[in-house]
Amino acid sequence: MKEKTDVEEKNVIPDPWSLPLETLDVSKAEIFQSNQHGEYFRRLRQESPVHFCQESQFGPFWSITKFNDIVAIDSDHKRFSSDTNIVIGDALPELVTPMFIAMDEPKHGVQRKTVQPAVAPTQLSELEVLIRQRVGYILDSLPVNEEFNWVELVSKEITTQMLATLFDIPFEDRHLLPYWSDVATTSETVGIEVDMNERQRVLEECLAYFSKLWHERAAEPRKFDFISLFAHGEETKNMINDPMEFLGNLILLIVGGNDTTRNSISAGVVELNRNPKEYDKLKSDPSLIPNMVSEIIRYQTPLGHMRRTALEDVEFKGHTIHKGDKVVMWYVSGNRDEEVIENPDAFIIDRNKARHHLSFGFGIHRCMGNRVGEMQLRILWEEILKRFDRIELTGEPERVLSNFVMGYSKVPVVVHKK
Amino acid sequence: MVKVVFIEHDGNSHEVNAYAGESLMEAAVSNNVPGIDADCGGNCACATCHVFINPEWISKVGERREMESSMLEFSENLKPTSRLACQIEVSEELDGLIVELPEAQY
Repeated sequence: MKEKTDVEEKNVIPDPWSLPLETLDVSKAEIFQSNQHGEYFRRLRQESPVHFCQESQFGPFWSITKFNDIVAIDSDHKRFSSDTNIVIGDALPELVTPMFIAMDEPKHGVQRKTVQPAVAPTQLSELEVLIRQRVGYILDSLPVNEEFNWVELVSKEITTQMLATLFDIPFEDRHLLPYWSDVATTSETVGIEVDMNERQRVLEECLAYFSKLWHERAAEPRKFDFISLFAHGEETKNMINDPMEFLGNLILLIVGGNDTTRNSISAGVVELNRNPKEYDKLKSDPSLIPNMVSEIIRYQTPLGHMRRTALEDVEFKGHTIHKGDKVVMWYVSGNRDEEVIENPDAFIIDRNKARHHLSFGFGIHRCMGNRVGEMQLRILWEEILKRFDRIELTGEPERVLSNFVMGYSKVPVVVHKK
Repeated sequence: MVKVVFIEHDGNSHEVNAYAGESLMEAAVSNNVPGIDADCGGNCACATCHVFINPEWISKVGERREMESSMLEFSENLKPTSRLACQIEVSEELDGLIVELPEAQY
């Protein structure tokens, strides 16, 4: 038998069932990249659903892995704070960029309410025609009978165009958005080794770009894009004077609109190929699309976790969570909880109660853009079915390295026209 | 049996037989009333079972509580009569209740 090299040895993810339960550490980004997190969380759900990991690269943390426990913690914002850090790793104090997802009340609510009109149902129905035209154009421009990366030509492009509209930036500048999004999510705080100062330098370019836009929008009448809404908001119109907070909120809205929907778009193609009967079901009944969209979002769980910090000692399911402890809600695990979701490891596009999933979070921090994401996925699949007999997965998809973003960097496909 | 009428935004109305003890959300979902998403399954954690209580019924239905208000605050359709259907328990006293649905759940 061939000896394994050191590098190969290091990259092997151990079988979670072979490890001592007390030291089981689900925070390693490699576990998610190699798509082996499922068994880790299965073990935690079965043997230690409220689990304390004493030592990790992020220090000690609690893992909450059952659906209903996650709902309970997520809804309990008075005792479980979102202040400053909402992923497993703490940002260095000098690099903290305040953003409303990482704030408690009342500030969170004030800022969220200011920009929410940009993605409210009324505003979205006005955008639907435009999004459908663009999706059609993207699909009609795809190479036929030739392999390409679905992530680059479809998933990224659709979400980028949508986000460019929500920010109302010039169409030709749109590719800056996924670039800044990727830089922002490539961070030590989610388990990726990176030069954090270089990261900050790039993000300051993002800040400079949008600061210019802010001053333009502030001088014009209020309209329904994120920047204009912030610039005209009674409580937010001075945010420009706190550049780190402005940057933080930009990152929030850019990442929120990029990675999440992008990876759900990619995941749809991957899972329909892995489950050909589901693909056939979809083709014979396109009215399943809205239900399928929810199932894709559950199955992929584009953001694997959110983290809270206990503001006081809390007795929870026989454990004492101490004031100051990190509490990680693993949405990616709760969405596979067999006690709440029947046959959770199966991808079933006509699943009953498909909307009952954790991917948007629950409580006051629940995803603000959920309807935008669902709308893009729905329109995309409606337009795909009009044009293509099949989107064929032609190779093994490549997943990204992160314990936060559950995503794909490469999904090789060939599209077959009707 | 308790009669409840749900009126959709477009005026379509649905009269359902609800049971004392279940929530108004459960009554809507089990009778397939369109426009009640109830994503969180009744935990006051998603605000997708938003309804407007007919003003004549407000005193019987009661006021919203703190967490419910926190969730509803983000709805673009918030009105003084807004409630989350999962937080209203059906009782004999509510026989004949009329509620309206918003244009969209958030």
